[in-house]
Amino acid sequence: MVEQASLFQRKQLLNLLLKIIALLTVLMVLAPLLVILWSWASDQGAVWQHLIDTQLTRLLRNTLVLVVGVAIGVSILGVSLAWLTVMCEFPGRRWLDWALMLPLAMPAYVLAFVVLGAFDFTGPLQQGLHGWLGESYSYVDVRHELVVIAVLVLVFYPYVYMLARSAFLAQGSDQLEAARVLGASRWQAFFRIALPMARPAIVAGVSLALMETLADFGTVAVFNYDTFTTAIYKAWFGLFNLAAAAQLASLLLLFVALALMAEKQSRGQRSYTQSAGNQVRHRLSKLQSLLALCYCGAVLLVAFILPVVQLLQWVLADGLAAIDRRFWDLLWHTVSLGLSAASITVALALVLAFSRRNSRGVGRHFYDLATLGYALPGSVLAVGIMLSFAYIDRQFMVPLLTLLGAEPRQLLVGSVFALLVAYWVRFLAVANGPIDSSLQRINQSIPEVAATLGVTGLPLLWRVYLPMLAPGLLTAGVLVLVDVMKEMPATLLLRPFGWDTLAVRIYEMTSEGEWQRAALPAVSLVAVGLIPVVLAVRQSAQSR
Amino acid sequence: MKNMPRFGLLPLLAFLISCGQQAPEATTEQLATKAELMVYSARKEHLIKPLFDLFTEQTGIIVNYITDKEGPLLARLEAEGDNSPADMLITVDAGNLWQASQLGVLQPLQSALLEANVPSHLQDADNQWFALTIRARTMVYASDRLSPDAMSSYEQLADKAWRGKLCLRTSKKVYNQSLVASMMASLGEAQTEQVISGWVANLALDPFSNDTKVMEAISVGQCDVGIVNSYYYGRLMKTNPELALALFWPNQEGEGGAGRGVHINVSGAGVTKASKHKAQAQQLLEWLSGAQAQQILMGLNQEYPVNPTVVLNEELAAWGEFKGDMISVSEAGRLQAKAVKLMDRAGYR
Repeated sequence: MVEQASLFQRKQLLNLLLKIIALLTVLMVLAPLLVILWSWASDQGAVWQHLIDTQLTRLLRNTLVLVVGVAIGVSILGVSLAWLTVMCEFPGRRWLDWALMLPLAMPAYVLAFVVLGAFDFTGPLQQGLHGWLGESYSYVDVRHELVVIAVLVLVFYPYVYMLARSAFLAQGSDQLEAARVLGASRWQAFFRIALPMARPAIVAGVSLALMETLADFGTVAVFNYDTFTTAIYKAWFGLFNLAAAAQLASLLLLFVALALMAEKQSRGQRSYTQSAGNQVRHRLSKLQSLLALCYCGAVLLVAFILPVVQLLQWVLADGLAAIDRRFWDLLWHTVSLGLSAASITVALALVLAFSRRNSRGVGRHFYDLATLGYALPGSVLAVGIMLSFAYIDRQFMVPLLTLLGAEPRQLLVGSVFALLVAYWVRFLAVANGPIDSSLQRINQSIPEVAATLGVTGLPLLWRVYLPMLAPGLLTAGVLVLVDVMKEMPATLLLRPFGWDTLAVRIYEMTSEGEWQRAALPAVSLVAVGLIPVVLAVRQSAQSR
Repeated sequence: MKNMPRFGLLPLLAFLISCGQQAPEATTEQLATKAELMVYSARKEHLIKPLFDLFTEQTGIIVNYITDKEGPLLARLEAEGDNSPADMLITVDAGNLWQASQLGVLQPLQSALLEANVPSHLQDADNQWFALTIRARTMVYASDRLSPDAMSSYEQLADKAWRGKLCLRTSKKVYNQSLVASMMASLGEAQTEQVISGWVANLALDPFSNDTKVMEAISVGQCDVGIVNSYYYGRLMKTNPELALALFWPNQEGEGGAGRGVHINVSGAGVTKASKHKAQAQQLLEWLSGAQAQQILMGLNQEYPVNPTVVLNEELAAWGEFKGDMISVSEAGRLQAKAVKLMDRAGYR
């Protein structure tokens, strides 16, 4: 009896601890968001009136076009590629299966400047055509809306691909077989069984892509394509009005929050639990195989191989002299920050996911708040975090140091800790997607069965949940790691002296228009990003 | 899979240990004897590090620095207030410098050396900041099909004759904001707005994201004339000497606004109000305005030195002499937000 009581207490204690951690995490995310919302305390009517008079309609129209275009693009690419590599068998499938994740390692701003460099007036393509056709060749301006959409789709489709892929893998082919036996065609089976079952994963992937799109500034800036983010930066850098910029940014936040809530609502109470099934791949005919190979290969070529070749060419043209001791420092900082941030973020996302699962009603929505950091443009979020840390430093840390007789100085702003907080505030949403969608697939009866066998609390987590969640956790870890290594604005603002990363170096070069000198850090960033992607793929291949 | 959590903790551990090694705590005695300066810089690392290294070599004062965009750096300085570790702010563009002095994050300096090295229209009226380099925003044209006689001033580019022949960088770039602000200071708001509307009507293509793209568009015949900072021209011609591009210095002749001279903008620096090493920070600023540092600055990025005693290097001398707009740089800074709104109204993206 005594033993049982203490076991019960321990379980209570553990639950309480989890709750506290989850609560603190949400508060950490909310602090910078509240700082941004606080901007409404000041009246910025003049700036608003100016924006409405001169450009707001155009900016909203452009943003809408971008969001719709990217949503359609990443859904089609991500789902179709995942379907082909998971459910079908054709020559080359095994390596395409992992190779199609590689574009994840390519930062959007890098692909943007590569595309512009390769295809604009003085790029190799148009110069080649000009040399071939002579004076009759008329140059084409590639800075078109569709090109911007294409660039973003090529960079962001892996989010959908990875999540849809693991959903399809988890589905197995049993239900499809059943549908076929009941007389459904292959297409019907796909649209009526497989797709709805993979919906949480696909939606999670698409929302990641869209939040990236909404927050993007680097890519659209390269093409001088004005979106809502442009207005935010215009208010801040052009009109020197940070408060107005924060007000604009908070609207972006509101929009994303509403969209996410609407999706949850329309999903309703339907549950998506399922048991992993057998995987029998459908063997494609010769012609179908060729088409599938061409399709997958073309995506890989445009999204990854060609850009890397162009980058390498620039690296070689510029010489390898830039690889010095400081370069290795950059690499080390990039990797160590990425790994630490990824481990912490995944752990926190897991805690949040469990807390959400164990709570009812409003509580669930409360935990959803923790994923909003991703929707803000990086610079705005970074300033929000910096302001909240500066406040804590001013109000608590400096007085504390003075009290202890130490030299008063800032402890948080400019520390590695602050930088790590910034990363997890920003990327919790990224980790949340795969973890939450794989948690949803675990039937509630499984922990109940475990409980009847006497497995509860930590052992339940270790021995039941973690093995089942492993693929989701791994996906989450890889996504966050790669995203952190690519992250630019928060790293710029919050890094301590001497903590430059590859992304910082890329910023320094590209902002001076020195694309070629940015190629070496860019290609290194891609190479470093490849390692976790490949590792993740090999792990998930082994686990099957 | 059992190894997952341990795998995650290992790098974290290694990382935390390495943090401990990288930041040895300086004792108060060390701080007293050997000052370390902290610079917040909107100038990129490769343009400032060579200077800092040399300064450290000559004085023993170590210079640490953080680079970022102007906006975030200013926001950080303001938020940190008295606790800021920063001793100096280095930034580009008059608007940003003016903004820094408005926010009250800089402090005035009394320095005979700085007064001698930096002309008075290139420094803050309260001595809160001083220019370090001059950057001329001038015109560039296709020298194979255009005679320099066809051009005269920025304003003339609004003439109908230039319809479909003009290329510009985006109005979101601070250099253009500063150019338009200086026009407003000379010509007034109404006339400036007419000129900008004229420019927009004459554009051959959507505005570009950087100056180099403007010059490339001219070189392939998409347009004939554009407005760029002279050092971007220098950089492009270094890699592609065969390009048929030439610089033109506008607004050299005429009365009043028409002959005011080429628009010049600056990069500059000031000592922060929170600085705990004011003497050393002032020493660095004075050193940066001195002949040796000015020579290096000129060589690093083909910008013009502010120090009038410094002789132009061969490359800059080859571009010819010009008359610069003598309007106080901070005046352009003051008008910058208005300039942004004006360009928005004129539809200049």
